[in-house]
Amino acid sequence: MKKFMTGNDSAALAAKLARVKVISAYPITPQTTIVEKLSEFVANGELDAEYIKVESEHSALSACVGAAATGVRTFTATSSQGLMLMSEILFVASGLRLPIVMTNVNRSLSAPLSIWCDQQDSVAVRDSGWIQLYCENNQEILDSTIQAFRIAEETLLPVMVCFDGYILSHTAEPVDVPEQSEVDGFLPQYNYPYALDPEHPGSIGAVGVPDYYEEFRFMLQEEMLKAKEKILEVGKIFAEKFGRKYGLLERYRTEDAEIILLTMGSLAGSLKDMVDEYRQHGERVGLVKLRSFRPFPVRELKDAVGNAKAVAVLEKDVSPGLSGALFSDLSTALINSKKSPLLMNFICGLAGRDVSPLQIREAVKSTLEAVEAGEVKNPVRWLGLRETLMGLR
Amino acid sequence: MSSHTSTKKLLPGAVIMDPGSTEQNETGSWRSMRPVTDYEKCTSCMSCWLYCPDSAISCEKPPKVDYRYCKGCGICANVCPVKAITMVPEGQK
Amino acid sequence: MMKNISDVELLAPGHRACAGCGCILAIRYALKALGKNVIVSMSTGCMEVVTTPYPETAWRVPWIHVAFENVAAVASGVSRALKVLGKRGVKSVAIGGDGGTVDIGLQALSGAAERGENLLYICYDNEAYENTGIQRSGATPYGAWTTTTPVGRVKRGEDRPKKDMPAIMAAHGVPYVATASVGYPMDYIKKVKKAASIDGPTYIHVHAPCVLGWRIDSSKTIEVAKLAVLTGMWNLYEIENGVTRVTFKPPRRKPVSEYLKVQRRFRHLTDEEIMKIQQMVDEECKRFGIE
Repeated sequence: MKKFMTGNDSAALAAKLARVKVISAYPITPQTTIVEKLSEFVANGELDAEYIKVESEHSALSACVGAAATGVRTFTATSSQGLMLMSEILFVASGLRLPIVMTNVNRSLSAPLSIWCDQQDSVAVRDSGWIQLYCENNQEILDSTIQAFRIAEETLLPVMVCFDGYILSHTAEPVDVPEQSEVDGFLPQYNYPYALDPEHPGSIGAVGVPDYYEEFRFMLQEEMLKAKEKILEVGKIFAEKFGRKYGLLERYRTEDAEIILLTMGSLAGSLKDMVDEYRQHGERVGLVKLRSFRPFPVRELKDAVGNAKAVAVLEKDVSPGLSGALFSDLSTALINSKKSPLLMNFICGLAGRDVSPLQIREAVKSTLEAVEAGEVKNPVRWLGLRETLMGLR
Repeated sequence: MSSHTSTKKLLPGAVIMDPGSTEQNETGSWRSMRPVTDYEKCTSCMSCWLYCPDSAISCEKPPKVDYRYCKGCGICANVCPVKAITMVPEGQK
Repeated sequence: MMKNISDVELLAPGHRACAGCGCILAIRYALKALGKNVIVSMSTGCMEVVTTPYPETAWRVPWIHVAFENVAAVASGVSRALKVLGKRGVKSVAIGGDGGTVDIGLQALSGAAERGENLLYICYDNEAYENTGIQRSGATPYGAWTTTTPVGRVKRGEDRPKKDMPAIMAAHGVPYVATASVGYPMDYIKKVKKAASIDGPTYIHVHAPCVLGWRIDSSKTIEVAKLAVLTGMWNLYEIENGVTRVTFKPPRRKPVSEYLKVQRRFRHLTDEEIMKIQQMVDEECKRFGIE
């Protein structure tokens, strides 16, 4: 059934359809309508769950850890400062290998204080051992969140589903909503094999002495790498059941592309329009939309962009002192290849700044110039800065 | 830290499903003093059993020290109301 | 007298606690009161570290450790999950040290109390961050030496009074708050049983000497714990639905110097400083009706 829903409503509805049993939530712009919606579902008896009105995000995730370890499906949602506050526990959750699913509504980080969209928050925690899936539109939010529970529970890795604040969270689009019975058929019962139980008393969270710690980190890395297959497997089953395809990335008109644009999130939607425009003018431009940021699909990206002359990575984050994170991760993926495209990085859209067609054309133009020259000088560029600051660059 | 070569499989998240497995670690090797009970004096009041932080005294009458785990702290000797327990240097009879 | 105390050891020997550790007794007695139908959540600290050196665990009940400041939040999640699973006979118990409770853990505990979560919180109080090497906490008593309140020319030990954590918990309107001591195990066990039987947030603050931190002989743990109570430096009471009741009144309260002089963390105190502490204790005891 099609419903006209905001991104936040889609996330909340997905959690409801997944029959989460313990929700712990602390409000933060622009995630707030998710926790509000969920509390409405619970108050109306539409969702049979315990709703913990925690006093901070750190406690929100901590409560999820306790509940997940005791053996029930849990959910939380946050953004920006909240993600940072709970970041200590992100690492604990993955280290303990608990199948927790979380929504992160992408918002820029203070300082300066900002409530508007960019991807700095989730990108900053890409080392936390969580699977990170990014969404282009509200349909993907609903679908990826539902899939996230199965991915998490079958890998024992926590999953965060990320989408752009305001651009998706507060914008309504038509979303195809599956029936509860269909989702029940897709998501098996929650089963954490080491659930806290007086009948089988185990200890979770022991001291990882030097004799053993490295092995557990190795196991986490191995599981993360294997998770690529799981994401594909779950995507395939989802497609069979619900008709919509999901993988690690999406290739849009990349087959003979000379310039490939690479991005994550809602910007992909705008870039698809730009690609169509370029194609109309006979320019061989394509787009790769990355869905799984962690695990990072090295092989699939190599296949997708390996034959292009250049890749322009457009992203809404920066690691001060180097470049955007997607750019540096892509560089790692392509390293040691016999043949590799030129890579350029375009930092754009920070704190909700509009990424305009003009900016994108500028990026493509710069990339073409680099291809012409056969080299890239200053691969890290910024789009949309005020003219008065241009002199500083 | 002692280095156990565990032949058991490592569970994800370092979960331990062997309750009470610290039993393998005999802390009796820590002590430099050991408690010796004069059973003539002992009234089986069970204070020593009650106050032992290492559960190293049996819950029976009369209570007996489990020297595999006794760290030689001396609490038992200190709390015994009839001074039936004496701490002697380890190795001495 | 001992007949009421279970002989089952739900904490195995072989753990790495110091010889004479008072906090282990706090855990041991709590488990004797609680029995096996519990899920214990614990904060980072002495007890967590000494009982779970991978691959060993001393725990014979289900146990989880997550971080330092969030045990009340973890235990809230456990409690709600137990409710979902319909496991009414299993209790969620949170255990934290003084540092993890009165300092860094205060927010999570306050939130859990305010929400009325069904959990028992036990704070084992050795009056400093002992596990990291005897640094002061909000529970360090006035005048005590610690590594961050050392005794020098300009400063002489802890210059702040002990945070009144039981009062803070009572101010949240929780149904049951109690203080206890490992020197009075029967009183403590009785309180744990009572607290665990109440559906809602309950709190027990148990005083537990630390051999290394308090600079006492390992054999003196119980003696020192008792002296704290007998001198009025630590009082045993319950606050049930806002009403305070002292559960043990020392027959003739001893002077504080008897407690202070057996601990080398107080050995620097002058007679004047001891008198100041005596005055503080006298006022506090008056509040409780302890002469």
